[in-house]
Amino acid sequence: MTSAVATPARARAKGPRVGRALKPVVFVILLAPAAWLVYAVLTDRIEGDVVKILEINTGELALRSLIYTLAITPLRQITGWAWLATWRRMLGLFVFFYATMHMLIYFGLDLELRFGEIWTSIVKRPYITIGMLSWLILVPLAITSPNWVAKKLGGVKWKRLHQLTYVVAITATTHYLWAVKKDTFWPVVYFGLFAVLLGLRAVRWRRGRDVRAAA
Amino acid sequence: MLIRNRIEPPSSEITPEIDYLNRRQFLGMVGSIGAISATGALAEAVLGGLHPVGAQQGDEVSDEEKVTSYNNYYEFGTDKEDPKANSQQFQARPWSVKIEGMAKKTGDMPLDDFLKPSRVEDRTYRFRCVEAWSAVIPWRGIPLADVIRRAEPLPSAKYIEMTTLYDPRRMPGQRRATIEWPYIEGLRLDEALNPLAFLATGMYGKTLPNQNGAPMRLVVPWKYGFKNIKAIVKIKFTDRPANSTWMKAAADEYGFYANVNPTVDHPRWSQARERKLGDILRRPTLMFNGYEAQVASMYAGMDLRKNF
Repeated sequence: MTSAVATPARARAKGPRVGRALKPVVFVILLAPAAWLVYAVLTDRIEGDVVKILEINTGELALRSLIYTLAITPLRQITGWAWLATWRRMLGLFVFFYATMHMLIYFGLDLELRFGEIWTSIVKRPYITIGMLSWLILVPLAITSPNWVAKKLGGVKWKRLHQLTYVVAITATTHYLWAVKKDTFWPVVYFGLFAVLLGLRAVRWRRGRDVRAAA
Repeated sequence: MLIRNRIEPPSSEITPEIDYLNRRQFLGMVGSIGAISATGALAEAVLGGLHPVGAQQGDEVSDEEKVTSYNNYYEFGTDKEDPKANSQQFQARPWSVKIEGMAKKTGDMPLDDFLKPSRVEDRTYRFRCVEAWSAVIPWRGIPLADVIRRAEPLPSAKYIEMTTLYDPRRMPGQRRATIEWPYIEGLRLDEALNPLAFLATGMYGKTLPNQNGAPMRLVVPWKYGFKNIKAIVKIKFTDRPANSTWMKAAADEYGFYANVNPTVDHPRWSQARERKLGDILRRPTLMFNGYEAQVASMYAGMDLRKNF
């Protein structure tokens, strides 16, 4: 994508360096909760239903990572910091990482790999069905994340495929909404945040279409 | 080890501090009458009187820290750690309890007067949350049946309905409309009179913590946790079952009986197994949470799938 933002040459040279320097920091910040959870389990610091707490935490981390991922493009467009785009893949892979942990904890520790129960939960319980669907959509996105795979696929196809992220935002938040017992405050907050992030794209897309039509 | 032929496993397998004390009393008593080789039946009778719990292997009393840090008590917030965090300022005294409805002795009463006529007992019960986690908790309190009998219910009374305090200034969770306030639960009168039904004012040998339902909460160990209504201010005798808070919230998920039943699943999860607080692996859930011998007869002939 050609950036419409006019950046002075000096800033352009400085920007990527900032992005590159901060990237490991962002990586550590996003991985820290996982490290903390492992540490807390091993040292018996989790009071209560351990597996449930792991499920809730990894699920929320996956959704939060998805918010960050989808925030990159609007943020870049608003601020003009083109280097933000270099974080996007890493953030997206964190979504996949936490979603996979979340699913493995549910099947492995919560249902203890009882395949009958796993199957029943997927076909009989709508919140699991849609959660499973969300994870399945993430798989091809994760597979096509390395540069050489993306190149092989071609820019247009890759972009189309990765627009499935928008679908996941909706299915994953629906999974959250259906999973909670009664207090829907946080699922609604996530829906709101995704609505803003997807809405910004819709506005831009419409404007782009108008410009194209006028040309 | 002495106890071999038993109808149910003895509660002596549970070993909290309180039980150590009681065991000494028990041994001292048996020793003094020179009956160290007491028969299983005698041991069962004595121990059974102290603790009506049918203990299973692995039924060690739960870590107090876990039981007081992981609570469903929406009056103080919907997250499990909210009740502990948001209830520390709560003043559970002075407190009064109101008896209402189809009974001879109705009216308001200070909590201490309400409790005074009964002998305080220690009972260690299994606790099973509808969310499929569980615990083993040493309660202190009085039998619910005492209270029911003292109120002298009229023949028309078939149910009791209990209500939690409604005071959004003291219970911050009530400032949001998460569930309908005040919290309401009910029992059939025969359930309320069952010797297992208990009003707890303490646990782990101490005063009941605010996050666990101070100053007084219901404990019906054969039912899911949400039946065990906390911070009770009212007991009403009626001729119809209460429309309880969770039935109003989701009638397809939470029923009036809410008896622990591993064969009837919650719409969103299986009830066949439970995870004891602090455990990673699940253990099988027992019919009526292991209290089948004491309560099953109350539900004879009922379709428990329908009356969940």
